[in-house]
Amino acid sequence: MSKIKIKYYDGTSDKREVLDEEVPYPEGKLIVSRTDIFGNLTHCNQSFVDMSGFEEDELIGKSHYILRHPDMPRAAFKDLWGTIKAGNKWKGYVKNLRKDGKYYWVYAVVVPNIRKGKVVGYASVRRKPSRTKVNECIALYKTMLAEEQS
Amino acid sequence: MKFTMTVSPDFSPDHIAGWYIFNTWLQNQTNQAIHLELYNSFDKQREDIKADKIDLIYANPYDASMLIREKGFIAIASPHQKSDEAVICVNSESEYTCVEDLKPGCTIATADDPEVSTIGMIMLEPADLSKENVTVEELKNYVMVAKSLIGNKADAGFFLKEAFDDMSKFIKSQIKPIVTSQISVIRHTFLIGPDFVNNSGISEEDFRQLINSMHESEKGSSTLKSLGFEKWENQDHEEAEFMIDLMDTLVS
Repeated sequence: MSKIKIKYYDGTSDKREVLDEEVPYPEGKLIVSRTDIFGNLTHCNQSFVDMSGFEEDELIGKSHYILRHPDMPRAAFKDLWGTIKAGNKWKGYVKNLRKDGKYYWVYAVVVPNIRKGKVVGYASVRRKPSRTKVNECIALYKTMLAEEQS
Repeated sequence: MKFTMTVSPDFSPDHIAGWYIFNTWLQNQTNQAIHLELYNSFDKQREDIKADKIDLIYANPYDASMLIREKGFIAIASPHQKSDEAVICVNSESEYTCVEDLKPGCTIATADDPEVSTIGMIMLEPADLSKENVTVEELKNYVMVAKSLIGNKADAGFFLKEAFDDMSKFIKSQIKPIVTSQISVIRHTFLIGPDFVNNSGISEEDFRQLINSMHESEKGSSTLKSLGFEKWENQDHEEAEFMIDLMDTLVS
Protein backbone atom coordinates (compact mmCIF):
# COMPACT_ATOMS: atom_id res chain seq x y z
CA MET A 1 0.00 0.00 0.00
CA SER A 2 1.32 3.45 -0.90
CA LYS A 3 1.79 6.20 1.62
CA ILE A 4 1.23 9.90 1.10
CA LYS A 5 3.47 12.61 2.50
CA ILE A 6 1.42 15.07 4.58
CA LYS A 7 2.98 18.44 5.40
CA TYR A 8 1.92 20.18 8.60
CA TYR A 9 1.81 23.89 9.37
CA ASP A 10 4.85 23.70 11.70
CA GLY A 11 7.13 22.52 8.89
CA THR A 12 7.09 18.85 9.90
CA SER A 13 5.68 16.10 7.73
CA ASP A 14 4.63 12.48 7.95
CA LYS A 15 4.05 9.63 5.54
CA ARG A 16 0.58 8.20 6.07
CA GLU A 17 -1.54 5.57 4.44
CA VAL A 18 -4.65 7.12 2.84
CA LEU A 19 -7.55 4.92 1.77
CA ASP A 20 -10.71 5.92 -0.06
CA GLU A 21 -12.93 4.29 2.54
CA GLU A 22 -15.28 6.16 4.85
CA VAL A 23 -16.10 5.04 8.38
CA PRO A 24 -19.64 6.13 9.31
CA TYR A 25 -20.01 8.47 12.25
CA PRO A 26 -21.51 6.62 15.25
CA GLU A 27 -25.13 7.55 16.00
CA GLY A 28 -25.76 9.78 19.01
CA LYS A 29 -22.12 10.12 20.02
CA LEU A 30 -19.96 13.17 20.53
CA ILE A 31 -16.22 13.10 19.98
CA VAL A 32 -14.58 15.28 22.62
CA SER A 33 -10.99 16.43 22.93
CA ARG A 34 -9.01 19.11 24.62
CA THR A 35 -5.69 20.62 23.66
CA ASP A 36 -3.17 23.00 25.18
CA ILE A 37 -2.73 26.40 23.56
CA PHE A 38 -0.34 24.88 21.00
CA GLY A 39 -2.88 22.30 19.79
CA ASN A 40 -1.35 19.31 21.58
CA LEU A 41 -3.92 16.83 22.84
CA THR A 42 -4.34 16.76 26.63
CA HIS A 43 -7.63 14.84 26.83
CA CYS A 44 -9.82 12.77 24.53
CA ASN A 45 -12.89 10.68 25.19
CA GLN A 46 -13.50 7.07 24.20
CA SER A 47 -15.39 8.09 21.02
CA PHE A 48 -12.31 10.04 19.90
CA VAL A 49 -10.10 7.01 20.49
CA ASP A 50 -12.53 4.64 18.76
CA MET A 51 -13.00 6.80 15.66
CA SER A 52 -9.34 7.77 15.27
CA GLY A 53 -8.14 4.17 15.39
CA PHE A 54 -5.23 5.20 17.63
CA GLU A 55 -4.68 4.10 21.21
CA GLU A 56 -5.14 6.84 23.81
CA ASP A 57 -1.45 6.86 24.71
CA GLU A 58 -0.59 7.37 21.03
CA LEU A 59 -2.74 10.51 21.04
CA ILE A 60 -2.09 12.35 24.33
CA GLY A 61 0.71 14.87 23.90
CA LYS A 62 0.53 14.70 20.11
CA SER A 63 -0.55 17.58 17.92
CA HIS A 64 -4.19 17.53 16.86
CA TYR A 65 -2.96 17.43 13.26
CA ILE A 66 -2.39 13.69 13.73
CA LEU A 67 -5.93 13.46 12.26
CA ARG A 68 -5.29 15.80 9.34
CA HIS A 69 -6.50 14.39 6.05
CA PRO A 70 -4.65 15.47 2.87
CA ASP A 71 -8.02 16.37 1.26
CA MET A 72 -8.48 19.18 3.78
CA PRO A 73 -7.34 22.62 2.54
CA ARG A 74 -4.87 24.54 4.70
CA ALA A 75 -7.16 27.57 4.60
CA ALA A 76 -9.76 25.73 6.71
CA PHE A 77 -7.29 25.23 9.56
CA LYS A 78 -5.90 28.73 9.16
CA ASP A 79 -9.43 30.03 9.62
CA LEU A 80 -9.92 27.74 12.64
CA TRP A 81 -6.77 28.92 14.42
CA GLY A 82 -7.38 32.57 13.57
CA THR A 83 -10.88 32.33 15.01
CA ILE A 84 -10.10 30.52 18.26
CA LYS A 85 -6.92 32.48 18.96
CA ALA A 86 -9.09 35.60 18.81
CA GLY A 87 -11.21 34.03 21.59
CA ASN A 88 -14.13 33.04 19.36
CA LYS A 89 -16.00 29.83 18.57
CA TRP A 90 -15.21 28.04 15.28
CA LYS A 91 -17.55 25.66 13.48
CA GLY A 92 -16.98 23.67 10.35
CA TYR A 93 -17.03 20.36 8.52
CA VAL A 94 -13.82 18.37 8.67
CA LYS A 95 -12.59 15.20 6.98
CA ASN A 96 -10.37 13.33 9.43
CA LEU A 97 -7.74 10.71 8.72
CA ARG A 98 -7.72 7.56 10.85
CA LYS A 99 -4.64 5.59 11.82
CA ASP A 100 -5.64 2.82 9.38
CA GLY A 101 -5.88 5.29 6.47
CA LYS A 102 -9.68 5.37 6.34
CA TYR A 103 -11.55 8.64 6.91
CA TYR A 104 -14.59 10.05 8.69
CA TRP A 105 -16.45 13.33 8.38
CA VAL A 106 -17.47 15.40 11.38
CA TYR A 107 -19.17 18.67 12.17
CA ALA A 108 -16.68 20.26 14.57
CA VAL A 109 -17.12 23.07 17.05
CA VAL A 110 -14.01 24.44 18.79
CA VAL A 111 -14.05 26.86 21.72
CA PRO A 112 -11.24 28.47 23.69
CA ASN A 113 -11.06 27.44 27.38
CA ILE A 114 -10.90 30.83 29.07
CA ARG A 115 -9.92 30.89 32.76
CA LYS A 116 -9.56 34.16 34.64
CA GLY A 117 -9.59 36.01 31.33
CA LYS A 118 -6.79 33.94 29.80
CA VAL A 119 -6.97 31.24 27.10
CA VAL A 120 -5.51 28.08 28.67
CA GLY A 121 -6.43 25.61 25.94
CA TYR A 122 -9.13 24.62 23.48
CA ALA A 123 -12.05 22.18 23.60
CA SER A 124 -13.36 20.54 20.47
CA VAL A 125 -16.62 18.64 20.10
CA ARG A 126 -17.49 16.77 16.92
CA ARG A 127 -20.89 15.44 15.99
CA LYS A 128 -22.53 13.57 13.13
CA PRO A 129 -22.64 15.90 10.10
CA SER A 130 -25.39 16.47 7.56
CA ARG A 131 -24.60 14.49 4.41
CA THR A 132 -25.82 17.40 2.28
CA LYS A 133 -23.30 19.72 3.94
CA VAL A 134 -20.54 17.13 3.62
CA ASN A 135 -21.21 16.85 -0.11
CA GLU A 136 -21.04 20.64 -0.41
CA CYS A 137 -17.72 20.63 1.45
CA ILE A 138 -16.25 17.86 -0.70
CA ALA A 139 -16.71 20.11 -3.75
CA LEU A 140 -15.61 23.27 -1.95
CA TYR A 141 -12.49 21.77 -0.37
CA LYS A 142 -11.47 20.23 -3.70
CA THR A 143 -11.55 23.70 -5.29
CA MET A 144 -9.69 25.27 -2.36
CA LEU A 145 -7.05 22.55 -2.40
CA ALA A 146 -6.51 22.96 -6.16
CA GLU A 147 -5.99 26.71 -5.66
CA GLU A 148 -3.52 26.09 -2.83
CA GLN A 149 -1.54 23.63 -4.96
CA SER A 150 -1.49 25.75 -8.14
CA MET B 1 -30.23 32.55 58.53
CA LYS B 2 -32.54 30.47 56.36
CA PHE B 3 -31.28 29.13 53.03
CA THR B 4 -33.24 27.99 49.98
CA MET B 5 -32.44 24.89 47.98
CA THR B 6 -33.98 23.97 44.65
CA VAL B 7 -33.80 21.25 42.01
CA SER B 8 -33.79 21.58 38.23
CA PRO B 9 -37.45 21.18 37.11
CA ASP B 10 -36.52 18.20 34.91
CA PHE B 11 -36.25 15.87 37.93
CA SER B 12 -38.25 12.67 37.74
CA PRO B 13 -41.63 12.91 39.57
CA ASP B 14 -40.67 9.59 41.19
CA HIS B 15 -37.94 11.43 43.11
CA ILE B 16 -39.94 14.33 44.59
CA ALA B 17 -40.10 12.62 47.99
CA GLY B 18 -36.38 11.85 47.68
CA TRP B 19 -35.48 15.53 47.44
CA TYR B 20 -37.48 16.30 50.61
CA ILE B 21 -35.66 13.44 52.38
CA PHE B 22 -32.33 14.80 51.11
CA ASN B 23 -33.21 18.26 52.39
CA THR B 24 -34.01 16.87 55.84
CA TRP B 25 -30.73 14.92 55.85
CA LEU B 26 -28.82 18.05 54.80
CA GLN B 27 -30.42 20.18 57.51
CA ASN B 28 -29.54 17.58 60.15
CA GLN B 29 -25.95 17.30 58.94
CA THR B 30 -25.28 21.03 58.61
CA ASN B 31 -27.47 22.27 61.43
CA GLN B 32 -28.81 24.92 59.05
CA ALA B 33 -32.40 25.82 58.19
CA ILE B 34 -32.87 25.00 54.50
CA HIS B 35 -36.16 25.41 52.68
CA LEU B 36 -36.73 23.23 49.61
CA GLU B 37 -38.47 25.10 46.80
CA LEU B 38 -39.52 22.99 43.81
CA TYR B 39 -40.56 24.55 40.50
CA ASN B 40 -42.65 23.28 37.60
CA SER B 41 -41.20 25.84 35.21
CA PHE B 42 -37.62 26.55 34.15
CA ASP B 43 -38.50 30.22 33.57
CA LYS B 44 -39.88 30.79 37.07
CA GLN B 45 -36.88 29.06 38.62
CA ARG B 46 -34.49 31.22 36.57
CA GLU B 47 -36.33 34.35 37.69
CA ASP B 48 -35.66 33.40 41.31
CA ILE B 49 -32.04 32.48 40.56
CA LYS B 50 -31.53 35.88 38.95
CA ALA B 51 -33.14 37.54 41.98
CA ASP B 52 -30.55 35.76 44.21
CA LYS B 53 -33.23 33.78 46.04
CA ILE B 54 -31.45 30.42 45.66
CA ASP B 55 -28.53 29.21 47.80
CA LEU B 56 -28.18 25.53 46.93
CA ILE B 57 -29.24 23.90 43.67
CA TYR B 58 -29.15 20.60 41.84
CA ALA B 59 -28.76 22.26 38.44
CA ASN B 60 -28.97 21.11 34.87
CA PRO B 61 -25.86 21.91 32.79
CA TYR B 62 -27.49 24.98 31.18
CA ASP B 63 -28.23 26.65 34.49
CA ALA B 64 -24.91 25.46 35.97
CA SER B 65 -23.16 27.59 33.32
CA MET B 66 -25.00 30.72 34.38
CA LEU B 67 -24.77 29.97 38.10
CA ILE B 68 -21.00 29.36 38.05
CA ARG B 69 -19.92 32.06 35.61
CA GLU B 70 -22.39 34.81 36.48
CA LYS B 71 -23.46 34.12 40.05
CA GLY B 72 -20.29 32.76 41.61
CA PHE B 73 -21.73 29.36 42.57
CA ILE B 74 -19.34 26.51 43.35
CA ALA B 75 -19.69 23.01 41.87
CA ILE B 76 -19.68 20.34 44.57
CA ALA B 77 -20.70 17.01 43.05
CA SER B 78 -22.57 15.13 40.32
CA PRO B 79 -24.37 11.80 40.60
CA HIS B 80 -21.91 8.95 40.16
CA GLN B 81 -21.84 7.49 36.61
CA LYS B 82 -24.97 9.31 35.57
CA SER B 83 -24.98 11.61 32.58
CA ASP B 84 -27.75 13.53 30.84
CA GLU B 85 -28.77 11.82 27.63
CA ALA B 86 -31.67 12.35 25.22
CA VAL B 87 -33.76 9.92 23.20
CA ILE B 88 -35.66 10.64 19.98
CA CYS B 89 -38.77 8.47 19.71
CA VAL B 90 -41.49 7.95 17.10
CA ASN B 91 -44.80 6.08 17.11
CA SER B 92 -44.02 2.35 17.31
CA GLU B 93 -46.06 1.75 14.15
CA SER B 94 -44.45 4.55 12.16
CA GLU B 95 -42.21 3.83 9.18
CA TYR B 96 -39.43 6.00 10.62
CA THR B 97 -36.44 3.87 11.57
CA CYS B 98 -33.69 6.50 11.73
CA VAL B 99 -33.33 10.26 11.97
CA GLU B 100 -32.68 10.57 8.24
CA ASP B 101 -36.24 9.28 7.58
CA LEU B 102 -37.64 12.49 9.10
CA LYS B 103 -38.17 15.24 6.52
CA PRO B 104 -38.42 19.05 6.62
CA GLY B 105 -41.90 20.12 7.71
CA CYS B 106 -42.24 17.35 10.29
CA THR B 107 -43.54 18.05 13.79
CA ILE B 108 -41.32 17.50 16.83
CA ALA B 109 -42.83 17.26 20.32
CA THR B 110 -40.67 18.41 23.24
CA ALA B 111 -41.10 19.06 26.94
CA ASP B 112 -40.06 22.37 28.47
CA ASP B 113 -36.46 21.22 28.91
CA PRO B 114 -33.81 23.31 27.14
CA GLU B 115 -31.03 20.78 27.58
CA VAL B 116 -32.97 17.89 26.02
CA SER B 117 -34.21 20.17 23.22
CA THR B 118 -30.62 21.15 22.43
CA ILE B 119 -29.33 17.56 22.36
CA GLY B 120 -32.42 16.46 20.39
CA MET B 121 -31.95 19.16 17.74
CA ILE B 122 -28.26 18.19 17.42
CA MET B 123 -29.30 14.62 16.71
CA LEU B 124 -31.63 15.90 13.96
CA GLU B 125 -28.82 17.78 12.16
CA PRO B 126 -27.70 14.78 10.06
CA ALA B 127 -31.20 14.84 8.51
CA ASP B 128 -30.78 18.55 7.61
CA LEU B 129 -33.44 19.43 10.16
CA SER B 130 -33.33 22.50 12.37
CA LYS B 131 -35.75 24.80 14.17
CA GLU B 132 -36.09 26.67 10.86
CA ASN B 133 -37.66 23.78 8.96
CA VAL B 134 -39.55 21.75 11.57
CA THR B 135 -42.57 22.58 13.71
CA VAL B 136 -41.71 22.33 17.39
CA GLU B 137 -44.61 21.57 19.70
CA GLU B 138 -43.59 22.37 23.28
CA LEU B 139 -45.61 20.38 25.83
CA LYS B 140 -45.75 20.38 29.63
CA ASN B 141 -44.09 17.04 30.32
CA TYR B 142 -42.74 13.84 28.77
CA VAL B 143 -46.00 11.90 29.18
CA MET B 144 -47.65 14.51 26.96
CA VAL B 145 -44.81 14.13 24.46
CA ALA B 146 -45.47 10.38 24.39
CA LYS B 147 -49.20 10.96 23.98
CA SER B 148 -48.53 13.30 21.08
CA LEU B 149 -46.60 10.50 19.33
CA ILE B 150 -49.18 7.85 20.15
CA GLY B 151 -51.95 10.12 18.78
CA ASN B 152 -49.87 10.76 15.63
CA LYS B 153 -49.90 14.50 16.32
CA ALA B 154 -46.10 14.66 16.22
CA ASP B 155 -43.70 12.75 13.96
CA ALA B 156 -40.98 12.51 16.59
CA GLY B 157 -40.49 13.45 20.23
CA PHE B 158 -37.53 14.32 22.44
CA PHE B 159 -37.17 12.67 25.85
CA LEU B 160 -34.68 12.88 28.68
CA LYS B 161 -33.39 9.29 28.71
CA GLU B 162 -34.14 8.94 32.40
CA ALA B 163 -37.73 10.08 31.80
CA PHE B 164 -38.09 7.67 28.88
CA ASP B 165 -36.74 4.79 30.98
CA ASP B 166 -39.21 5.63 33.76
CA MET B 167 -42.27 5.54 31.43
CA SER B 168 -44.82 2.76 31.94
CA LYS B 169 -44.57 -0.42 29.88
CA PHE B 170 -47.90 0.49 28.30
CA ILE B 171 -46.59 3.82 26.98
CA LYS B 172 -43.24 2.35 25.94
CA SER B 173 -45.00 -0.34 23.92
CA GLN B 174 -46.54 2.37 21.74
CA ILE B 175 -43.41 4.39 20.98
CA LYS B 176 -39.96 3.40 19.73
CA PRO B 177 -36.58 5.09 20.10
CA ILE B 178 -34.74 5.78 16.84
CA VAL B 179 -31.61 7.33 18.34
CA THR B 180 -30.18 7.78 21.84
CA SER B 181 -27.38 10.18 22.67
CA GLN B 182 -24.18 8.84 24.24
CA ILE B 183 -22.57 12.09 25.28
CA SER B 184 -21.41 11.04 28.77
CA VAL B 185 -19.80 14.36 29.72
CA ILE B 186 -22.89 16.53 30.29
CA ARG B 187 -24.27 16.11 33.79
CA HIS B 188 -26.47 17.66 36.44
CA THR B 189 -24.41 19.21 39.24
CA PHE B 190 -25.04 20.12 42.87
CA LEU B 191 -23.92 23.70 43.50
CA ILE B 192 -23.70 26.03 46.47
CA GLY B 193 -24.01 29.79 46.23
CA PRO B 194 -21.89 32.59 47.73
CA ASP B 195 -24.40 33.37 50.52
CA PHE B 196 -24.32 29.79 51.73
CA VAL B 197 -20.51 29.68 51.58
CA ASN B 198 -20.15 32.97 53.44
CA ASN B 199 -22.93 32.65 56.02
CA SER B 200 -23.48 28.98 56.83
CA GLY B 201 -20.31 28.65 58.87
CA ILE B 202 -19.41 25.52 56.87
CA SER B 203 -16.34 25.69 54.69
CA GLU B 204 -16.53 24.63 51.06
CA GLU B 205 -14.15 21.75 51.80
CA ASP B 206 -16.21 20.48 54.75
CA PHE B 207 -19.40 20.68 52.70
CA ARG B 208 -17.73 18.86 49.81
CA GLN B 209 -16.56 16.14 52.18
CA LEU B 210 -20.05 15.83 53.67
CA ILE B 211 -21.75 15.37 50.29
CA ASN B 212 -19.12 13.11 48.77
CA SER B 213 -19.07 10.75 51.77
CA MET B 214 -22.85 10.65 52.05
CA HIS B 215 -23.07 7.07 50.75
CA GLU B 216 -20.86 5.79 53.57
CA SER B 217 -23.59 6.04 56.21
CA GLU B 218 -26.74 3.92 56.20
CA LYS B 219 -29.02 6.96 56.40
CA GLY B 220 -27.11 8.79 53.68
CA SER B 221 -27.09 5.75 51.44
CA SER B 222 -30.85 5.21 51.71
CA THR B 223 -31.42 8.93 51.05
CA LEU B 224 -29.33 8.69 47.87
CA LYS B 225 -31.35 5.67 46.72
CA SER B 226 -34.51 7.75 47.02
CA LEU B 227 -32.86 10.26 44.64
CA GLY B 228 -32.15 7.48 42.14
CA PHE B 229 -28.37 7.16 42.39
CA GLU B 230 -25.79 5.40 44.53
CA LYS B 231 -23.37 8.15 45.46
CA TRP B 232 -22.10 11.60 44.60
CA GLU B 233 -18.93 12.10 42.61
CA ASN B 234 -16.75 15.11 43.36
CA GLN B 235 -16.88 17.91 40.75
CA ASP B 236 -14.04 20.35 41.07
CA HIS B 237 -14.08 23.82 39.63
CA GLU B 238 -12.09 22.92 36.51
CA GLU B 239 -14.32 19.91 35.73
CA ALA B 240 -17.35 22.16 35.97
CA GLU B 241 -15.72 24.83 33.80
CA PHE B 242 -14.85 22.23 31.17
CA MET B 243 -18.44 20.97 31.12
CA ILE B 244 -19.57 24.56 30.57
CA ASP B 245 -17.12 24.86 27.65
CA LEU B 246 -18.61 21.70 26.17
CA MET B 247 -22.14 23.04 26.61
CA ASP B 248 -20.97 26.14 24.73
CA THR B 249 -20.05 23.96 21.74
CA LEU B 250 -23.58 22.56 21.65
CA VAL B 251 -25.47 25.86 21.51
CA SER B 252 -25.52 27.84 18.28
